[in-house]
Amino acid sequence: MSYRAPEDACEYMPRMEVVDGSLMESVLEAERSFDPGAYTSADVLRALSSDRLGPYDFGALLSPAAVPYLERIAEKARRITREHFGNSVCMFTPIYCSNYCDNRCVYCGFNRDNKIKRARLTPEEVEVEMSNIASTGLTDILILTGESRIHSDVEYLAMCVRTARRHFESIGLEVYPLNSGEYRYLHECGADYVTVFQETYDPARYEQLHRGGAKRIFSYRFNAQERAVMGGMRGVAFGALLGLRDDWRRDAFSCGMHGYLLQRKYPWAEISYSLPRLRPCSSHWEDDNAVGEKDLLQVAMAYRLFMPFAGETISTRELPRFRDGIVNICATKISAGTSVRIGGHSDVKDQGDGQFDLSDTRDVEEVRTALRGMGLQPVFNDYVRSDR
Amino acid sequence: MSDDLIIGKKRFRSKFILGSGKFSLDMTRKVIESGGVEIATLAVRRVNPDGRENVLDYMPESVTLLPNTSGARTAEEALTIARLARELGCGDMIKIEIIRDTRYLLPDNAETVRAVRLLAEDGFTAMPYMMPDLTAARDMAAAGAAAVMPLAAPIGSNRGLLTGDFIKMMVEEIDLPIIVDAGIGRPSQACEAMEMGCAAVMANTAVATASDVPAMAAAFRMAIEAGRKAYLAGPGRVLKDRGEASSPLTGFLGE
Repeated sequence: MSYRAPEDACEYMPRMEVVDGSLMESVLEAERSFDPGAYTSADVLRALSSDRLGPYDFGALLSPAAVPYLERIAEKARRITREHFGNSVCMFTPIYCSNYCDNRCVYCGFNRDNKIKRARLTPEEVEVEMSNIASTGLTDILILTGESRIHSDVEYLAMCVRTARRHFESIGLEVYPLNSGEYRYLHECGADYVTVFQETYDPARYEQLHRGGAKRIFSYRFNAQERAVMGGMRGVAFGALLGLRDDWRRDAFSCGMHGYLLQRKYPWAEISYSLPRLRPCSSHWEDDNAVGEKDLLQVAMAYRLFMPFAGETISTRELPRFRDGIVNICATKISAGTSVRIGGHSDVKDQGDGQFDLSDTRDVEEVRTALRGMGLQPVFNDYVRSDR
Repeated sequence: MSDDLIIGKKRFRSKFILGSGKFSLDMTRKVIESGGVEIATLAVRRVNPDGRENVLDYMPESVTLLPNTSGARTAEEALTIARLARELGCGDMIKIEIIRDTRYLLPDNAETVRAVRLLAEDGFTAMPYMMPDLTAARDMAAAGAAAVMPLAAPIGSNRGLLTGDFIKMMVEEIDLPIIVDAGIGRPSQACEAMEMGCAAVMANTAVATASDVPAMAAAFRMAIEAGRKAYLAGPGRVLKDRGEASSPLTGFLGE
């Protein structure tokens, strides 16, 4: 129980659960041997022609050598997506319940040092917001909060989940990392899916960017998905916030490996990837490591070929043109009717500020129509609760 | 003589079971018609009662629904989903799918046997999706299965009858309809499964990923009919590479 990886940004805090560290060691080890510049066209073509890709092939698809082949990769990615998911695209929306945060992440709008309007929904407001969202026909919701164990403690999260249980079938959480017992408790309240973004998989860069708060502890965050599965959650999502580090390819590689290795350890876990990249926010973060649409698409397609069965969620940070294009190739889940403001689904509150700016403001009906127009099948319900 | 497919108390002329969930709902009726389909599977989790894009709203009245328990990881979860299907008016025929592997989506035979027992006791016509394992199939029959549905290849793979030899053993040994489910990629493979004596073929991805979905459904219909006719006709002997001896080894017998 005394495990401490040398990469830890700081010591574990009291009551933080320690789990076996082999998964993190394996991912970091894999990344150390990943050399994006070493791949050639032949590696890319070999990856394109094989049915089952290993980590080396995955690396090839993420490498600069793959860039001239994006169209061919797209054709294969689309075929594989259709084989596994048909033409279905699941629809959901996030609800931001609180924007209080204990952390000091230099790139984030919720940074506790930022002077933004803070707010937290009351139980009555959560009910109104969720009821409004449910009236759009969605049955899948993702509950988000800033990372504050003070302002959004586990009981607050449980309240949100129980309220969601009355309105939705599928309930996901995107909150601060928890211990497995806490995940189990929230699972028993009705949550089945957990999303945690590692942001960057480079421990040194991670330490620079996360200057304060519990989030500084790299390995506690890294092992969140494993603890969630240990706590009984059905599915876990992974994300690297591309652009935080000099080479986005390395973070994309590690993120892909994180899901890959977790599924090998827990074969029943449903794996999905989120596809965020850095967008302007109120932190006035100046990024020199810009990740373009083409780069993001390359990552999404590499995930698809490497993990054909994994879900892929496309963020509302992207433009409608890009989101529509990517669901036609490899993304399987899209948000609609999104508001990132606290209280943005009702007029219950003087709204708290959002974490980032939206690039797709379409409502549920508009996204549904767009999907149908592309010959895709919007899916509103894709889940039967086992605790019915 | 009637050549109906008999599952539990129901009889069907068509031996082509169509999957759903991989092509647009708007197309459902047309695909069912051109495939001459009488049984269509659907994922209970896609049913959205009184909601949007509800798969049930698109299924023609004429078709018998075969809801599946996709998403179930245990026998108890399968029972929960089956009961929900019944509540939703999908009937009592259930395709049991129990999967604890998200990569290959291979069925868990042992847990499925348990589920067959639970569902059969609850009055369902249980049709388990399974790895083609003769011993497990016998257990499923003993547990009350109305048919067994072995996979030909990993689901969605379109790779054909990779497990053909093992399915053939089931055809020979199990007194229940053997319905090949998953992995059939082309009509010719469906035809081959029917020639082997399978009672029906289920296809989904192979139809849904075709450029012309209704036309592919029609092609499957014809292939399945052809395979069935061939099976009933009794395929002729196929000579091996080497010829057979012209003077028989037993020619010395004198009495």
